[in-house]
Amino acid sequence: MTWREQIRPTLMILIVMTVMTGVVYPLLVTGIAQVCFHRQANGSLIYSTNGKIVGSTLIGQSFDDPKYFWGRLSATTPLYNASSSSGSNLGPSNPALLDNIKARIAALKAADPANTGIIPVDLVTASASGLDPHLSIAGAHYQLSRVAWVRKLPEAFVQQIIDQNTTGRFLGVIGEPVVNILAVNLALDQVKRNN
Amino acid sequence: MNWNNGIQLLIYLIVLVVVVKPLGTFMAYIYEGRPAGVNVWFGSFEKWIYRICGVKDDVGMTWKEYAFALMLFNVLGLIVVYVIQRFQGFLPFNPMGMTAVSPDSSFNTAVSFATNTNWQGYGGESTMSYFTQMLALTVQNFVSAATGMAVLVALIRGFVQKQTKTLGNFWVDLVRTTIYILIPLALVLSLALVWQGVPQTLSSSATATLLQPVKDSAGKPVIEQAIALGPAASQIAIKQLGTNGGGFFNANSAHPYENPTPFTNFLEMLSILLLPAALCYTFGFMVGDRRQGWALLAVMFLILVPCLVWSVCIEQQGNPLFAPLGIDQQAGAFQAGGNMEGKEARLGIVNSSTWSIVTAAASNGSVNAMHDSLMPLGGMLPLWLIQLGEVIFGGVGSGLYGLIAFVIVAVFIAGLMIGRTPEYLGKKIEAFEMKMASLVALIPHVFILIPTALAVMIPAGKAGIANPGPHGFSEILYAFSSAAGNNGSAFAGLSANTPFYNIALALGMFFCRFWLIIPVLAMAGSLASKKIVPVTIGTLPTHTPLFVFFLTMVVLVVGALTFFPALALGPIVEQLMLNGVSI
Repeated sequence: MTWREQIRPTLMILIVMTVMTGVVYPLLVTGIAQVCFHRQANGSLIYSTNGKIVGSTLIGQSFDDPKYFWGRLSATTPLYNASSSSGSNLGPSNPALLDNIKARIAALKAADPANTGIIPVDLVTASASGLDPHLSIAGAHYQLSRVAWVRKLPEAFVQQIIDQNTTGRFLGVIGEPVVNILAVNLALDQVKRNN
Repeated sequence: MNWNNGIQLLIYLIVLVVVVKPLGTFMAYIYEGRPAGVNVWFGSFEKWIYRICGVKDDVGMTWKEYAFALMLFNVLGLIVVYVIQRFQGFLPFNPMGMTAVSPDSSFNTAVSFATNTNWQGYGGESTMSYFTQMLALTVQNFVSAATGMAVLVALIRGFVQKQTKTLGNFWVDLVRTTIYILIPLALVLSLALVWQGVPQTLSSSATATLLQPVKDSAGKPVIEQAIALGPAASQIAIKQLGTNGGGFFNANSAHPYENPTPFTNFLEMLSILLLPAALCYTFGFMVGDRRQGWALLAVMFLILVPCLVWSVCIEQQGNPLFAPLGIDQQAGAFQAGGNMEGKEARLGIVNSSTWSIVTAAASNGSVNAMHDSLMPLGGMLPLWLIQLGEVIFGGVGSGLYGLIAFVIVAVFIAGLMIGRTPEYLGKKIEAFEMKMASLVALIPHVFILIPTALAVMIPAGKAGIANPGPHGFSEILYAFSSAAGNNGSAFAGLSANTPFYNIALALGMFFCRFWLIIPVLAMAGSLASKKIVPVTIGTLPTHTPLFVFFLTMVVLVVGALTFFPALALGPIVEQLMLNGVSI
C-alpha cells in the first residue's frame, strides 16, 4: 500500500463521516425530538394565558423584590443571562467571594429584619450556570414568612404553593429535593390576579 | 459524608460495573467481525462505505501505514474545523447570526476537538453557529473518540497476532467504531436527554418577558430574557460517551439545558465512564484472558473510589470561611449543605463531587460544577487524576492504551527485580517497547510543567489569572494539565481565550495526543512481529491482586513524585491557609 493510496480514503471517509454524524444524526434526533418531545425539545417554555413566553421551567430569573422568593446568586451580566451562562469561578479563599456573600446576607436582612434564622448556604452562593432555576427547600423556607407577610397571605397557603413546585429526589434517592423559584413566583402572582 | 451521599455513590458504581461485561463483549464482537446484531443489519451499508471511499477493507496496515492514515485523517479534520469556524458567518444554520471566530481561538478549538480534548476557550451559545456545532464539533466528537478506540484495538492486535507486520485496517476500525458503537449509543442517550428537557431544535433563541426586570451593567432596566437554544441533545450525548466534554453551552453540564434533572446527571455521568470501563473487558476478551481486563479495571477502581469518597467529604464539609457569617452548611433533609459556590441546587454536593472526579479520571472534561470554586483539595483531586496521565479510565481507547504502557513499565521493573526477561501476555518486552512506553508515560509531564513555569513568569501568562494567591497558580497548572491530558476541564476563571493561551494550550493538546499515539502504534507493530512465548512456572502472572497492587503503585509513584512539588505550591498551600495555618 503506497502513501498516495491513502489520500482518497482520507477525503472520502471524512466526507461520509461528516454527513453521517454531522447532518444525518443531529437531524434525525431533531426530527424524533420535535415529534415525540415537542415541549422539551423547544426549551420547556412557560406561556402566559395570552400566549406570551414568560420563561422556561429550566431557566431561572433574578428576583430581589421582597414579595418574591429569591433564587441563587448569578454571576452572569445582566443577572440570569440565558445567552451567556457562567459561574463566578471565585476560588474558596478569594475575598471577593466573601464580599458577594456578605452583600446577599445584608440584602436578606434588610428585606426581613425580623428573621433571625440561620441562612441556608445555597441562598448566598452563586450557581455554576448562573441560571439555576432551583433552590433548596431550606432556602425557600427561610423566605416563607417574608413573602407571606408582604403579600398578606397565610403562611400555610404559601407553603402549599412551595410544596406544589417542589421536586423530590429521582426514585427517592438520586439528586437533591428542590423548589422551582420561578414557578413559585408565577403561582404567587397568579393568586393576586385571581383575587 | 451522609448516608444518602454514600448510597448515591454506590448505586452509580454498581450500575457501572454491571454494564461492563455485556458492552465489553459487544465491542469485542464488533472489532473481531463476529455477528452482533447491528453489524449484521448494517453490514452491507458498511461495505458500501468502503466501496465509495476506495477503502481496501481486507488489506491490513503496518504500524507506519496505520499511523500515517490516522494522522492524515486527523489533521485534515482539524483543518476543516478551523475553516468552518472562520467562515461560519457565510454558512447556513446560523439563526443567531454568529460571525467568524478569531484565528487563535479557531486554531485552539480545532486542535482541541480533533485531539478528543474539547477544551472550551469560547462560550458555546455566544460564539458558535448551529452549523459549526453540528458539522465541525459534533463530527469531531465522534471521530476523535473513534480514533482513540482504533489505536487501542491496533495495540490489542499487537498482543494477539504473532509474527505479522500488520495491525488491521485503520479505516475499518474507525468506521465500525462510529457506526456500530458510537452512533447507536448516542441516539438512545440523546433521546433520553430530550425527554428530560435538553433542547433539540434548529430555531433561534426564545425571548421571555421577565417577571421582575433586572438592570444591565449600565444600570438600564432589562425586561426580556433571551434564552439560547439549539441542537444540544445530539451533541451532549456524544460529548459524554466519547470522553469529549465540550459543552454546547458555556456552563457545560452545569447548564440546566445540558443537564436538567438528577436523572440526566446520572445518565451523563454513567456515559462518561461507560466506554473506558467496558473497553477493559473488550481487551481481556480479545487477548483471550478476561482476567487481564478485570485486573486493569481493578487498578482503575482502586484509585477512583478513594478519590470519590474523599472529594465528597471535602465538599460536604464546606468552606471554613463561611462559618463566622452565620451560614448553614450542614446537610439535612431540606438542603444539600456544603460548599455550594459554583454548584447547582438540583445536583447538590454528592453529584457535583462525583462528576468532578469521574470527568477528570476519564479525560472527559465536561463539568457540572465550577472546578475553580471547589475547595482547594476538592479541586486538587481532579487535577491530580489528570496528571496521573489520564490512565485511570482515561479517554475512550487512549486511557487503556496509556495504562497498558504503564503495564509495560511495571513488568519491566518486576522483571528487573526477579531477574527474568519481562513478558506481558506472552510477548517479550524488550528495549524498544520499554522506550516507547517511557515516552507515553513521560511526554505529558514535560508539556505540563514547562509551559506552567513559563506562563507564571511572563505577563501574557499572568494576565489570565482570576483568583489571587496560590489559587491563581492552580488555575494555570490546571489549564496545562488539562491540555496535556487531553481532558478539557478547567479552573475556568482563567481568561484563556487569548493568543498566548490559545496557542500554548493547543500545542500541548496536539503533541500529547499524537506523540503518544505514534509510540503506542510503534510498540504495537513491534509486538505483532514477535512470537508468543509459552507460559511457564517462571512467568510473572499479570492478573493477580499482587500485580494489580504493584501496577497501581507504579502509576501513583510516577504521577505523585513528578507533581507533588507543583501541587504543594497551589492547592495544598491554599487549603492550609484556609484552615488558618499562618505561612
